[in-house]
Amino acid sequence: MLSKRIIPCLDVKDGRTVKGVNFVDLKDAGDPVALAAQYAQQGADELVFLDITATHERRDTTIDMVKAVARELNIPFTIGGGISSVANAEALLNAGADKISINSAAVRNPALIEELAKAFGVQFVVLAVDTKYTGGKNLVHLNGGRLATELETETWIKRAEELGAGEILLTSMDHDGTKQGFDCNLLDKICRSINIPVIASGGAGTTAHFTEVFTQTGVDAALAASVFHFGEIAIPDLKQELNKHGIPVRL
Amino acid sequence: MIGIVNYGAGNIFSLTSALQRLQLAYGMVDTEADLDKYSHIIIPGVGHAGTAMKKLEQTGLVEPLKKLQKPVLGICVGMQLLTRHSEEGDADMMNIFPLETKLFDKEKHIKIPHMGWNNVNFKNNLLFEGVENQTQFYFVHSYFIEYNPIFDIATVDYGVQFSAAIQKDNFYAVQFHPEKSGAAGERLLKNFSTITP
Repeated sequence: MLSKRIIPCLDVKDGRTVKGVNFVDLKDAGDPVALAAQYAQQGADELVFLDITATHERRDTTIDMVKAVARELNIPFTIGGGISSVANAEALLNAGADKISINSAAVRNPALIEELAKAFGVQFVVLAVDTKYTGGKNLVHLNGGRLATELETETWIKRAEELGAGEILLTSMDHDGTKQGFDCNLLDKICRSINIPVIASGGAGTTAHFTEVFTQTGVDAALAASVFHFGEIAIPDLKQELNKHGIPVRL
Repeated sequence: MIGIVNYGAGNIFSLTSALQRLQLAYGMVDTEADLDKYSHIIIPGVGHAGTAMKKLEQTGLVEPLKKLQKPVLGICVGMQLLTRHSEEGDADMMNIFPLETKLFDKEKHIKIPHMGWNNVNFKNNLLFEGVENQTQFYFVHSYFIEYNPIFDIATVDYGVQFSAAIQKDNFYAVQFHPEKSGAAGERLLKNFSTITP
């Protein structure tokens, strides 16, 4: 049976992991390779790196980091952030990334999804969507939720599937950072409207939240950052718990 | 030493990285003459099967590969290339295995691509030596190889039961990505490297 995936998300800047990673036994919490290896060891099924490097000049550093991660990691990983062309994506593919995630660039230029899918296959293209409930609708937001668009989340995701997105990473900005649980209503609705895998993101606080999202919605994976980074939830414990609830996981 | 068929279908960095971690020596196969340099051959592949086949044909390696007596391992699209035909691009493949590569059926209420870790049920085979049955391997594909008891050495369920691994004489192939399947995948690559013709 296909397992539900648990995905830690790491923010990287200039080739280093940033934002409060607090592993006691890690000498250098900024080393993406060491962190990635640790997560793989703990049973993470996949990793997502979000590149928040501001300047284009530093993209080479990101490529080097992706290579370093690919050399050591024996599980798949996705890299997102700042990818706006087939050339950007190809460099990351050749550096060993299994998937790339695109967000704002796809909203600005939906044809990018199609171009990427044609060039590298749909399995390579993850569409990341930041959504926020605004004026009675779930609207796609850019710039980490600060910039609202007029695009309805469900409409955009359906369109992206048609264009060739192979997977959706849906982050609820309303739930992100609250630790009050995933947006199960929206995730359920989205899963019913498309036929590609969906990764739930935003709101994980407890293991019960993961059980909830996997039992109440059709999502294929759940992503979280701080609960894993700060050791609030240990991946082996989480998987045991999910297993107890009859949710298929890789133990 | 392992030779990797270098025909331009997808990225091989992950595969070469896995071989490096396992301290297995490898090199690239660009021409027919290169095939003689290696004891084992891997045919990788990601992306569109029809396009991959065209690229492989352009290298002139199809016939020499078919004649090989040494162990060959096809991975993912590299597996599909060994079949007779793929629905992806309605393309004729190498026809080493008289099998069909088919598109998953949406009507089965499954998401396509089949992406993630799935349990592999294998038969007694050198490739899976030391791996526990029902271990999960990492899959990512929209087309699959029909189950056929003659060639099947491992099955997996996703809407249908299909072949996760097949073998015919010296030709082995896996639909999942051993280079991305954790310790079990690494063991499988190691096992392949020790298979003798």
